[in-house]
Amino acid sequence: MKTEEKLNPFGACPLPIFDHPQIVLGHGSGGKLSAELIDKVFLSRFRNPLLEKLDDQATLTINGTRLAFTTDSFVVTPIFFPGGDIGTLAINGTVNDLAVGGATPLYLAAAFILEEGLPATELGRVADSMAQAARDAGVQLVTGDTKVVNRGKGDKVFITTTGIGVIERPTQLSADRARPGDKILLSGTIGDHGITILSQREGLEFESALASDCAALHALIARMLDAAEESGDLLGMRVMRDPTRGGVATVLNEIADRSGVGMLLRESEIPVRDEVRGACEMLGLDPLYVANEGKLVAVVAAEIADRVLEAMQRHPLGAEARIIGEVTEQPAGMVLMKTGVGGTRVVDVLFGEQLPRIC
Amino acid sequence: MKYIDEYRDGDIAAKIVERIRRVQRKPWVIMEICGGQTHSIVKNGIDHLLPKDIELVHGPGCPVCVTPLEMIDKAHAIARRPEVIFCSFGDMLRVPGSNGDLFSIKSQGGDVRVVYSPIDCLRIAKTNPDKQVVFFAIGFETTAPANAMLAWQARQMGIRNISLLVSHVLVPPAIESILSAPGNRVQGFLGPGHVCTVVGYSEYEPLAEKFRVPIVVCGFEPLDILEGVLMIVEQLEQGRHEVENQYSRVLARGGNRPAQELIAKVFTVSDRKWRGVGTIPSSGLRLRDDFCDVDAEQRFDVEAIDTAEPEVCIAGQILQGMKKPHDCPAFGTECTPQHPLGATMVSAEGACAAYYAYGRHLKDTDLVNIGGKG
Repeated sequence: MKTEEKLNPFGACPLPIFDHPQIVLGHGSGGKLSAELIDKVFLSRFRNPLLEKLDDQATLTINGTRLAFTTDSFVVTPIFFPGGDIGTLAINGTVNDLAVGGATPLYLAAAFILEEGLPATELGRVADSMAQAARDAGVQLVTGDTKVVNRGKGDKVFITTTGIGVIERPTQLSADRARPGDKILLSGTIGDHGITILSQREGLEFESALASDCAALHALIARMLDAAEESGDLLGMRVMRDPTRGGVATVLNEIADRSGVGMLLRESEIPVRDEVRGACEMLGLDPLYVANEGKLVAVVAAEIADRVLEAMQRHPLGAEARIIGEVTEQPAGMVLMKTGVGGTRVVDVLFGEQLPRIC
Repeated sequence: MKYIDEYRDGDIAAKIVERIRRVQRKPWVIMEICGGQTHSIVKNGIDHLLPKDIELVHGPGCPVCVTPLEMIDKAHAIARRPEVIFCSFGDMLRVPGSNGDLFSIKSQGGDVRVVYSPIDCLRIAKTNPDKQVVFFAIGFETTAPANAMLAWQARQMGIRNISLLVSHVLVPPAIESILSAPGNRVQGFLGPGHVCTVVGYSEYEPLAEKFRVPIVVCGFEPLDILEGVLMIVEQLEQGRHEVENQYSRVLARGGNRPAQELIAKVFTVSDRKWRGVGTIPSSGLRLRDDFCDVDAEQRFDVEAIDTAEPEVCIAGQILQGMKKPHDCPAFGTECTPQHPLGATMVSAEGACAAYYAYGRHLKDTDLVNIGGKG
């Protein structure tokens, strides 16, 4: 920021001027506060060309082999929820971060921070889920670590997984590759995970049983890359992202920003389950910002978009896939949406957490 | 989704807009009262669908926005106390007081919780008998029954570790204040649908008569708002000034009697300060004297806190429909949702925050041109 530069004429400030003297929950929301935290605290200190890309994974070339490398921490309350638990999230989340980089996920590491008093049976259930999810995703958990903290210093269990995968095809997937004219594809309904967790946490009861969409996306992504290759345009697969915290809106804004392009979405094409819409209406939340754990957003060249879409729709995790909009030249760095009634609005990035409205 | 999708139909919207075009002859300035309506208008781009000569200005009906700074400071003083569990509607958490917001207090160890209903506080109080549970009871007439129910049930159930920090405001005195102001431009009102669900709309009839303005009590979905605008424009073009009910699927003239009785048992009308506007006589509710034992201001001795508001922003004029967010030089630059200077930028339903969230820091014309290409 300008003022910061003025105050620090001798280079990077060791203690960045931060809006908040303490970390607030919004710093973990995936919105502007998260971006500020990453930029001011971490990127400023660790800057290098690989990190600067800020993709979900780093793409490394070692002795001619392209590898994808990523890590993710999982904290969720409650740890068990309809559709999964913290263990399935920890495996699938890291598998997905590798897969959206075009990699075949291979090996994972897992670190557990356990709170004193956690029932061993609960940890066993979490480990069972992780083993099953790893088998389903075709990855092996090959190293790990365990620490225990005093009661009250953690929240049952925190899990960090780190993953490595090999990128076998000559893909170039990155958030800075969206081009005007490209199509924006979405693999299915949005907001299922976030609203499931919220409803469990807040004791909201819905008439029908909503479940997290937690799933590993590598097989779906492989089918999409197959379709692009068969069309002779693998590079037409520009960007893939799994829209977790911050939701579809945040991911699309990141892509628009990094690629220097605009986007125009059609609200009527974005699939949202009635239960999720109902909960969002009631709480004053926007499903575009609600977390998903088994969905995919892809930016794809227009020429191959239909074939990629068909490939998605043939896979169970992409049965409800749609083209939800197009990449435009202007306004660069912004996402616009045609609303259901025919108006136009900007879909911006939130500052912090979405807050339920008063009435 | 049933009962929602019907009111967001683009084809019907286009037909109503066409009817408005046919009826409208002269330019008119219409104010929507509710923050929820403002949010819906900006979120759906409804103002861009209307003829140029129909100007929508945004009213004072965002309860978070109009809660005065000194009340926010009182809330923060209470929330910082170690024995307190401070409960609030979600969107109050980011509202800055003189010294940070409730999120900062939470990060410093304060026990601040979001509740979806004031009644949730009863359960929290019962499970934390050694703590003082304080509910930040703000809002217009809409939230008054549920807030009153908290005080009432706490008494009925003999739960003594509950109190309410009350900052309730009422809509009709605000309308009167807007229409009496020397620079008033507002010629018709979209009335507050949910407020009237509780109190009915008979008390708006003398206002329509006295100031000769049409008031159409209106819902919150896109088609509600477009139909409400059509009804007002018809009245204005025909020289009528009546109170009409667009939201008849939800409310009746008399409102909800049991809710009104409950409000009257717990609250009484009082003068209230409005953030960005100042004190408006008889414009709010306070706890009745026989409920003073649940008054958090007294229980925690914060009555003396008296914060002056910084005179830097034009929120007062925006809340009264005299200006729009764009008219403020600080809008979108110095003043953003992250660093709000004033009332209308603090809540999602405030006009400035709604404009900002939906990209109105661009010029409107840019947005329409860009959107039109799609």
